[in-house]
Amino acid sequence: MGKRVLAIASGGGHFIQLMRLQPAWAGHDVSVATVDPSTAALAGDVPFFTFRDVSRADWWRIPAAALDIARILIAVRPQVIITTGALPGLIAAALGRPFGIRSLWVDSIANSEVMSGSGAQAGRVCAQVVTQWPHLATGKVDHWGSVL
Amino acid sequence: MPFDRLTRAMDEWAAAHPEVAVEIQIGKGEYEPRHARWVRKLPLSEYQARVQTCGLFVAHCGMGSIISAIEAGKPILMLPRLAALGEHNNDHQLATAKHLGHRPGLHIAADAVDLHTRAAALLADSGGTPAPISRFADPAFTARIRAFIES
Repeated sequence: MGKRVLAIASGGGHFIQLMRLQPAWAGHDVSVATVDPSTAALAGDVPFFTFRDVSRADWWRIPAAALDIARILIAVRPQVIITTGALPGLIAAALGRPFGIRSLWVDSIANSEVMSGSGAQAGRVCAQVVTQWPHLATGKVDHWGSVL
Repeated sequence: MPFDRLTRAMDEWAAAHPEVAVEIQIGKGEYEPRHARWVRKLPLSEYQARVQTCGLFVAHCGMGSIISAIEAGKPILMLPRLAALGEHNNDHQLATAKHLGHRPGLHIAADAVDLHTRAAALLADSGGTPAPISRFADPAFTARIRAFIES
């Protein structure tokens, strides 16, 4: 019996990195969520959701994004969340945590000198945080590999 | 976020190279190209088709662009966004340039003038296309993520 998995990322590079991880959840009951409806084809033949984007630069959009993401969580009822960021992935992990949803934060490979702003907070709400750069691994942040 | 510095630089380059078809995706930029063809945002499938068929891919130093170029086997010339110019919220694109820019097929421009020189040189001799990679991340990496899902 497969796990219910929500793979979620904002647009652009975050989503392209997420899609390079698809073999990780093959065979499980996965749903994919992102911001750009035109990217649905990349996710393959799985349930696909979109939400209104938010970043630290436009933090006042957090309520709208959080509402959309909460609706997706209710529809998918994931047991596991996998995210490559950014802030929307952190929101999903934070909303899921009180319900026992285990989240994995894969910090973007773009963060090669310091963890991303959201990645630095991810340890508070995610069961596991990984960086794609070996030199950024710490006691709490593991390095498992990279999308490239 | 807008990146007018790159849009303007490539529009000027297009003016100087009328024999080359230049198309620019300008996003939310204010500057509208006068010489190159331009579009606000392409659907992903069209964006990927453009990268697949172009002679040279010019972009910001973002991971979406880099991965798209590597997957398509196209040389990519990048101008990193700078926080000091309000082009991003920090200078991680400079870090990306430093840590990934040495890969074959990836080229970094220091500024608009350097971009112009390198664009012409790379089109004349695209030697140094990225090494082909598989469609997915390293299986050892995705195996560990799978273990997390199944634990």
